[in-house]
Amino acid sequence: MRRPSFSSLMLWAGLLFIYLPMVILVIYSFNDSRLVTVWGGWSVRWYAGLLDNRQLLGALGRSLQIALCTAVAAVALGTLAAFVLTRIPRFRGRSLFGGLVTAPLVMPEVITGLSLLLLFVAMAQVVGWPAERGLTTIWIAHTTFCTSYVAVIVSARLRELDLSIEEAAMDLGARPWKVFLLITLPMIAPSLGAGGMLSFALSLDDLVLASFVSGPGATTLPMEIFSAVRLGVKPDINAVASLILLAVSLFTFLAWFFMRRGEARRRRALQQVHEDEQRQPSWQPAGQA
Amino acid sequence: MKRLRQLLPGGRQLVVGIPFVWLLLFFLLPFAIVLKISFSEAAVAIPPYTEIFTYVDQQLKILANLNNYVFLGQDELYLSAYLGSLKIAAIGTLLCLLIGYPMAYAIARASKEMQTVYLLLIMMPTWTAILIRVYAWMGILGNNGLLNGLLQGLGLIDEPLRILNTDLAVYIGVVYSYLPFMVLPLYANLVKHDPSLLEAAADLGAHPLASFWKITVPLSKNGIVAGCMLVFIPVVGEFVIPELLGGPETLMIGKVLWQEFFNNRDWPVAAALAVVMLAILLVPIILLNRNQAREMEGRL
Repeated sequence: MRRPSFSSLMLWAGLLFIYLPMVILVIYSFNDSRLVTVWGGWSVRWYAGLLDNRQLLGALGRSLQIALCTAVAAVALGTLAAFVLTRIPRFRGRSLFGGLVTAPLVMPEVITGLSLLLLFVAMAQVVGWPAERGLTTIWIAHTTFCTSYVAVIVSARLRELDLSIEEAAMDLGARPWKVFLLITLPMIAPSLGAGGMLSFALSLDDLVLASFVSGPGATTLPMEIFSAVRLGVKPDINAVASLILLAVSLFTFLAWFFMRRGEARRRRALQQVHEDEQRQPSWQPAGQA
Repeated sequence: MKRLRQLLPGGRQLVVGIPFVWLLLFFLLPFAIVLKISFSEAAVAIPPYTEIFTYVDQQLKILANLNNYVFLGQDELYLSAYLGSLKIAAIGTLLCLLIGYPMAYAIARASKEMQTVYLLLIMMPTWTAILIRVYAWMGILGNNGLLNGLLQGLGLIDEPLRILNTDLAVYIGVVYSYLPFMVLPLYANLVKHDPSLLEAAADLGAHPLASFWKITVPLSKNGIVAGCMLVFIPVVGEFVIPELLGGPETLMIGKVLWQEFFNNRDWPVAAALAVVMLAILLVPIILLNRNQAREMEGRL
C-alpha cells in the first residue's frame, strides 16, 4: 500500500471537518433528553412535536412557496441573461450588463438586503407599490441573486455548445426563436434543471435578505429558526435542521445527478455519431465493412 | 399590423431588455438610494429619514448632510467594527487557503471518477443551509458542548474551555462555511496544470517541495486570487456567523449594520455604514472581476 500523501490526508481531514458537525447534529436530533448536550436514549419525540408547531409549519409553507416561485423566475431570467452574455456580443451597456449579472454573487448580503429594503420603501412612497412587504418582496430579492447563479451555470454550458448546429438551423431558415426552442433549449436543459434546483435551495436557506425585505407576518423558516437559536441550542430545532439538511442534500444531489446524466448522454450520442461516420461510408452496405 | 410591429421592440431588444431592466431596477438603483439616504438625516417619521432634495420657488436644493460619515469616523465602535471585520476576514481567508490548497491539490491529482465524487462532496455543503451548518457548531463548541465533554472525558482538561462566543469560534465558523469557495477555484486552476513541467523539474534534480514552490504555486496564482477574494469579500459583511458563534467582543461590520438598522432604527447611519463597507470592498471586487476576465480569456 502506498503511503498517503500530505495533500490527500488534508483532503480527508477537510471532508471530515465539513461533514462531522452535520452528522452529529442529525444524531442529536434523535436525543430523548431535553438537555441538548446530555444523551438520553433514542427517540423521535422532537420530530413528532414538529407536527403540532403551527408557527414553524406556516413558515415552512411560506418558504417553500417563495422558493418555488424564485426557482421559476430565476431560471427564466438567468437563462435570458446567459443567452445575452454568450450570444449577443455587442450592444450598448454590455460591460455594465456583465458586471450586473455577476455582482450579486459577491456582494455581502447585508448590503444587498439593506439596499433592496430602501428601494421598496422609496417605491412605496413614489408609486404606492409595494404597499406592504411580504412574500412578493422576498421573492423579488431572492430572484435577483439567484438569477446570477443560474446565469453563471447556464452560460458555462452555452459556451461549450457547438455553434454550428444553431447556425445550420438558421441557414435552413429557422427563426431565432425556433432555433432557441428546438435546438438550444434541449441542449442546455440539464443546466436549467440544476440552476432551478440551486435557486430553490438558496432561497430556502436565505436569512439575511429575507429579514430585511419581509414585513410583519411574513416570517420564513430560516428567520423562525434564527430567532429560536440565537440564544442557544434547542432540541426541536435540531429536528427541523436535520430535515432541512436531508431535503436540501437530496435536492442538490439530484441536481448534480441530472446534470451529469444529461452530459453523459450527450457525450455518448456524439461519440456514436462519430463512430458511425468512421465505420462505414453511407454507400457501403452494412456488414461488408 | 406592420406599424404595430415597428412600434414594439424587436425580439433582440426584448431578450436583452428583460434581464437588464430587472437588474438595473433591483440591483443598481437600490445602491443609488442607499447612497442618497446616507446623506440624509434621521427623523422621527415614516420612513425615518429626511429628504435631501427640496424644490421650493423653482429652486432645486440638494442638502447633502455629511454628519453620518463624520459620525462613523468619530465613534470608536464603527472604526473597530471595520477593523474587526477586516482582521477576521483576512485571517479566515489565510486559514482557508492553508487548509484548502492541499485539499484542492489532492482532488486535482485524483482519478477522473474520484474527482467528480470529491467535487460533489465539497460542493454540496455550499448549496445547503449555511444557517444550519453554523448552528451545528453551537452544540459542539458550547461550555458543556460535545467538544468539551469529549476532552473532559479523555481527561485532557479539567475545566471546560470557553470557545463558543469567542473569536476562535468565529474563525472555526468562517473556515467551515467558506472552505468550499476556496477549494473550488483552486481545483479548477490546478487541474489544468501540465504534469510534464513537474516531471522535467524532477529529471533536472529538483526536490518535490522545490518544484511545488517554484512551479505549481506561481502557476496557480489566478486560482489563489479568485479563492481568496471569494472568501474575503463575503466574510467582511458576514452576519450569521458572528451573531451565532461570536461573543460580545466580536465586532464585525455586518452585525453592527444589522443592529443599527433593526435595533436603533437609524437608517441613515446604516446606509452610510453600507456605503463605506462597499467602498472598502471595491478593490477586492475589481480584483476578482479582472481575475475572472483573465481566466475566461485563457479558456477561449
